[in-house]
Amino acid sequence: MAKNVKPRVKVPKSAKPGDVITLKTLISHPMESGQRKDADGNIIPREIINRFVVDFAGQNVVDVTMEPAISTNPYFEFEVKVDQAGEFTFTWYDDDGSVYEEKQSIEVA
Amino acid sequence: PVLAQDAAPAAAQTPTKSVEEWIAEFTGGSEVQEGGVTLTAPEIAENGNTVPISVSAENAAEILVLATGNPTPGVATIKFGPAAGARQLATRIRLAETQDVMAIAKLEDGSFRQAKSNVKVTIGGCGG
Amino acid sequence: GRWGRLAAQQTLSQDKLLEFDDFGNVTLIHITDVHAQLKPIWFREPAVNIGVGDAKGRPPHVTGMDFLQMFGIPPGSPDAYAMTCEDFVALAAEYGRMGGMDRVATVVKAIRAARPDSILLDGGDTWHGSYTSLKTRGQDMVNVMNALGVDAMTSHWEWTYGTERVNEIVGELPFPFLGANIFDVEWDEPAFEPYKIFEKGGVRIGVIGQAFPYMPIANPRWMFPEYSFGIREERMQAVVDELREEGVDLVVCLSHNGFDVDYKMAGRVKGIDVILSGHTHDAVPEPVLIGQTVMIASGSNGKFVSRLDLDVRDGQMLGFRHKLIPIFSDVIQPDAEMAALIDSERAPYQAELDEVVGKTESLLYRRGNFNGTWDDLICDAMRAERDTQIALSPGVRWGPSLVPGDDIRREDIHNATSMTYGQCYRTEMTGETLKTVMEDVADNIFNPDPYYQQGGDMVRVGGIAYAIDLSKPMGQRISRLTLSDTGEEIEPSKSYTVAGWASVNEDTEGPQIWDVVESHIRKTGTVKLQPRDTVTVSGI
Ligand SMILES: [Mn+2]
Ligand SMILES: [Mn+2]
Repeated sequence: MAKNVKPRVKVPKSAKPGDVITLKTLISHPMESGQRKDADGNIIPREIINRFVVDFAGQNVVDVTMEPAISTNPYFEFEVKVDQAGEFTFTWYDDDGSVYEEKQSIEVA
Repeated sequence: PVLAQDAAPAAAQTPTKSVEEWIAEFTGGSEVQEGGVTLTAPEIAENGNTVPISVSAENAAEILVLATGNPTPGVATIKFGPAAGARQLATRIRLAETQDVMAIAKLEDGSFRQAKSNVKVTIGGCGG
Repeated sequence: GRWGRLAAQQTLSQDKLLEFDDFGNVTLIHITDVHAQLKPIWFREPAVNIGVGDAKGRPPHVTGMDFLQMFGIPPGSPDAYAMTCEDFVALAAEYGRMGGMDRVATVVKAIRAARPDSILLDGGDTWHGSYTSLKTRGQDMVNVMNALGVDAMTSHWEWTYGTERVNEIVGELPFPFLGANIFDVEWDEPAFEPYKIFEKGGVRIGVIGQAFPYMPIANPRWMFPEYSFGIREERMQAVVDELREEGVDLVVCLSHNGFDVDYKMAGRVKGIDVILSGHTHDAVPEPVLIGQTVMIASGSNGKFVSRLDLDVRDGQMLGFRHKLIPIFSDVIQPDAEMAALIDSERAPYQAELDEVVGKTESLLYRRGNFNGTWDDLICDAMRAERDTQIALSPGVRWGPSLVPGDDIRREDIHNATSMTYGQCYRTEMTGETLKTVMEDVADNIFNPDPYYQQGGDMVRVGGIAYAIDLSKPMGQRISRLTLSDTGEEIEPSKSYTVAGWASVNEDTEGPQIWDVVESHIRKTGTVKLQPRDTVTVSGI
């Protein structure tokens, strides 16, 4: 199981109705590809974040299926149209069954 | 000037889905047209283990990203939901060697579009 | 001889070198790629500087007699000596050394006296390249450039002191350290000031900094892992647009892209009035026009200062006048204050700097796309001292020359080798790996698309000969690799002993290259080296 997995997100505190805002997310994770060998020549088993989902106010923004070619500490940047205040939920799914979640609200005025 | 930076991912041990298989699965065999997709990637990767790329396509429902020269070419499949502000996503990927990165978009009208970008993964060294 | 030298210098005078009909209402002073050369030096310009693709036959890819003809410079003249390799040794005896930051200070002060509102811009590669800069981790150069009154700078080798040291210096600098293309690796957000707006004589001038784009590739990434660079054309356009929206009258890009990269960028990014180009060390006597953009390249090692006068009205550049001022050290009076500062910076190290290690009977130079004699000497030293069949030496463009009869002092060795990652490694490589390495480096220089060029020269080799076809793509340029001592073909599967230095790998082990070279020169005594013909070039 990956250690010290820590999600971080950058969401503006506020926006005007109808604004398209840029969000950035990072999650510290080794993204073990399943293609590397250890010192004894044995394959190190794959263990990656395999899915990343963002919702806003109950609606989906993006749903990303990830392969081992995504870098260590997966980073995503994308845009969201905000018409009203609401809560973002960010969810990362790990090969080991762990689910990491982060929430952040935005004020819209 | 002449020794490689970090080692790139090693070759896969078992046969994996080829580029053609990925595309066939994503498109269901439909024709794929050039254009209508923007794939931004650096000319030369600063670090093959973390290459910034950005994909976007107007009216895209989904975008498939492939690293055509990696031992396992799959990178990501991005589905856009109704709250997406643009059909655009940036991430960082691993490239084992100099190669074409490829983005194929499935548009809302069911058609498929593609773009390619060559990224050089160099050994490095030297300079003015 | 002495009389010849006097006669030659009579045609030169400080007044003549500084002569300039003031023009317009803005003056930019550009100096770049000083590489920590505080004192006058010899510097032979390249004989071979091949342009590929569209750059073929275009300055700066014109050398020697072709250069003289292109710019109407008489052979044997001061400009011929300053800007070309033609008849270098004889002309060096006539005209003396070039540069010296005390002479540069005289020139800068004179321009400022004529035009008090001048802006002095430093294109980077300033803090690196000498014994004292290495010992003080750039502090000697920082002190000198502060005294010179720089208004803004950008960067390349500065970063090889590591993030912590760069930020320590930048925190104290009395002027901005600009880099619109420097981003933090984690969140991909701008990490340094992209530009500075100057208000001079009623004109608003936006100066954008562009750091060396290939920093983490050409130099060790582990020294500044927090930052990402890149050409970032869209970012440059966005910053130019931002400045235009701010209502500046003139947009200047202080660039360390290298000449061909700047040339391409100028054709694609709209709205840059002036590019002050650095990194590739080209001394180009006339501005190059790309659409509406004026491009200036001001040489290296303190040999030149560019003065660019501009007529700017209501947000439009209406005209310009330019002079690439060669710094003839015997003709330009040293500025006394600066001379004293330089001497005080060097004083703690004077004995070490001046120690004579050997002598040279031959011209030692580096600049050119392939091995110079300095590189041959360094490669010989590595092969002898590390006991290897092959030596590889980086194709950097810094490193002053020595003329026949010169003593080789410790300082001279450092001027050609100083760096923060100078370990001379010893390893084994297969013939295949060797070829891959050479193909990779060749593509970083001879790729026809400038955005793939990193601005150095071809890796220097010792113990091997090869052919290179510049018309071929990557992987197919290098052929006929042989061991030059025996003529024996290098086999892909066979292993060879290789020494090299300036590896970008963090864990490189070995003695420092300057110690390797010093040890070899001490054993040699007097160096005699003719240019070698171990590289056969075709497809030009
Ligand atoms: Mn330089
Ligand atoms: Mn440089």
